Amino acid sequence: MAAAREAPAQGGAGPLLAIEGLAKVYPGGTRALDGVSFLVDRPEVIAVIGSSGAGKSTLIRCINRLVEPTAGRVLLGGTDIVGLGTKDLRQARRRIGMIFQEFNLVDRLTVMENLLSGRLGSVGFFASWLRRYPPQDVANAFAMLDRVGLSGLHDSRADALSGGQRQRVGIGRALMQNPDLLLVDEPTASLDPKTARQIMRLIRALAEERATPALVNIHDVALAQGFADRVIGLKAGKVAFDGPSTGLTPEVLTEIYGAEDWSQTIRREDEEEAGA
Amino acid sequence: MSSAVQKRYPEVWRKHTPRETAARWLWIAAVAFASAWSVSALDIEWAFFKDAHVQAADLAARMWPPRWAYLPKIVAPLVETIHIATLGTAIAVVFSVPIAFLAARNTTANGFTWAVGRGILVASRSVNTVIWGLLFVAIFGPGPLAGIAAVSARSVGFLAKLVAEAIEEADRGPIEAIEATGASTFQVYVVGILPQVMPVLIGTTVYRWDINVRESSVLGFVGAGGIGIYLYASINQFAWQQVLVVLLAILAVVVASEAVSAWVRERIS
Repeated sequence: MAAAREAPAQGGAGPLLAIEGLAKVYPGGTRALDGVSFLVDRPEVIAVIGSSGAGKSTLIRCINRLVEPTAGRVLLGGTDIVGLGTKDLRQARRRIGMIFQEFNLVDRLTVMENLLSGRLGSVGFFASWLRRYPPQDVANAFAMLDRVGLSGLHDSRADALSGGQRQRVGIGRALMQNPDLLLVDEPTASLDPKTARQIMRLIRALAEERATPALVNIHDVALAQGFADRVIGLKAGKVAFDGPSTGLTPEVLTEIYGAEDWSQTIRREDEEEAGA
Repeated sequence: MSSAVQKRYPEVWRKHTPRETAARWLWIAAVAFASAWSVSALDIEWAFFKDAHVQAADLAARMWPPRWAYLPKIVAPLVETIHIATLGTAIAVVFSVPIAFLAARNTTANGFTWAVGRGILVASRSVNTVIWGLLFVAIFGPGPLAGIAAVSARSVGFLAKLVAEAIEEADRGPIEAIEATGASTFQVYVVGILPQVMPVLIGTTVYRWDINVRESSVLGFVGAGGIGIYLYASINQFAWQQVLVVLLAILAVVVASEAVSAWVRERIS
C-alpha cells in the first residue's frame, strides 16, 4: 500500500464541516432541502441515505455550490462557503473532492489527463491548456494511478475503460486535489454489485489513509451499513436520522423510507459481515 | 379450449388519425400549389426547351476534344485555388472557436455577448463567398489575398455555428466535475468542453475545407484569385476546348478533396 503522502492540514479546533440550516428551493417551488444541520468533527465516512428526491444529491451539491443553496451556512474548516465570491469559491472547491455516479470523466481525454484535471485549481490557464503540469503533480498522479489499481493505463482513453476502472479514475481525480472533504454522489449506482463493494472499499480505505471525512450519497442500505461509520437519513429535505450505522433498525428505515419489510435488507448485511 | 368467453381485440389499426391524414394531404396540396405558382410567376420561355438538346450537343461538339496544351498553364492557378481554400479555412478555424463559445448559450457570458456571437454567425453565413470576394477585392485589390479573406469570412460562421451547437449539447457531467475541482471558467472550457467538441470541430473543418476548394474555383470570377479567372476568360473567348480542360481539372481536384475529407471524417472518434 502506498503511504498517505500528506496529512490534510487541519488548523484550529473547530469542526471539519458544519452544515447549519441548509435549505434549497428550486425555481419550480420544489423544497429539496429544508433546514438540514449536522456536524462532522472527525474524519469519518458518512453515508447519506433516503428515497429518491429526498434531497441527497442537492445536499452534497450545495456543499460545493454546484447548486446554490437558498439559505443556511456551510462551514468548511471555519470558512462559510455559501458567502464566497467566485474567486474564493474556486479556492474552496479545491479543498473539496467530488466523486460522481456517472464518473463524469472527460471521455476523449486520457486517464492521465483526467487525473491531472484534479490539479486544475492549482495551475494556470496555459499550463492546463497545454497539459504542462508541475513535475510533483505528474509524479503524484502516477502514484495515485498505482494506488487505485490502474498502473500502466495512464495513456488509455477514459472511454476505453470499464465502469469500475472509470470510477477508480474518478476517485483518483478527486484525491489528486488533496481535499479536506470528499463528496461522493451515488458512487456505485452504475456498477455491478461486486464492483460496487470494491469501489466502496477503496473509497473507505483512501478516506481513512488520508484522514479525510467523506460524505457518501448511497441508495444501497446494506452498502451504507457495511462501509460507513455514521449514517444520515434524509426524508423530504429534513434530517430524519443521524447516528452510527449500527443504529439502522427496521424502525429507523421505516422512518426514513416508509413502511416496508426491512428484515431482509438488514439480515443480508449481517450474513455478509459474518462471511467476510 | 376451456375458456368460454374470448376477449375481442381490435383488428383495425391506423398509424394516423383521419385528421392527421387530412393534414398530410393538405401539405402535399400546398407544395403543389407553391410549385405551380412559381412556374407561372417566373415566366419561363418554354420555346428554349425545344432545341435544348441541339444546343447541348452543339456545345459538347465545340468543347471536344479538350485542348490539353492549356493544362500546364492552369496548374499554378489550380494550386493557388487549393492554397486559398486551405489558408482561408485555417484562419476561419482560429476565429470560429472563440466565437462559438460566445454564441453557445451555456458558455456565453451574458445576453449581450451571446447577441454579439450570434450576430457574427448570421453576418458571416448570410453572405455568399463570391459576394464576400467582391467586398474584399474592393478592400485588398484583386488577387488571392481577397480570396483568402472571402473564404475565411464565410467559413467562420459555418464552423462557429456547428461548434456552438456541439458546445450546447456537450455532456454536462464532466463539465460539472471539472467545475468541482476549483477550475476557472476558461479551464473548464479547454479541459471539460473543448475535448468533447473536438470531433465536431475537426469534422466540420475538413468538410468546410472541401466546400472551400469548390467555392475558391469560382472566386476568380470576381478577381479574387485562383483558377476562376482562367475559366472566366476562356468562356468569354468562347474557347470551349479550354473551358473543358479547366472544368476537368477542377473536377479532379474536387474529387480528391472530397476523398480526403471523407477519409479524415471517417477516422475521427
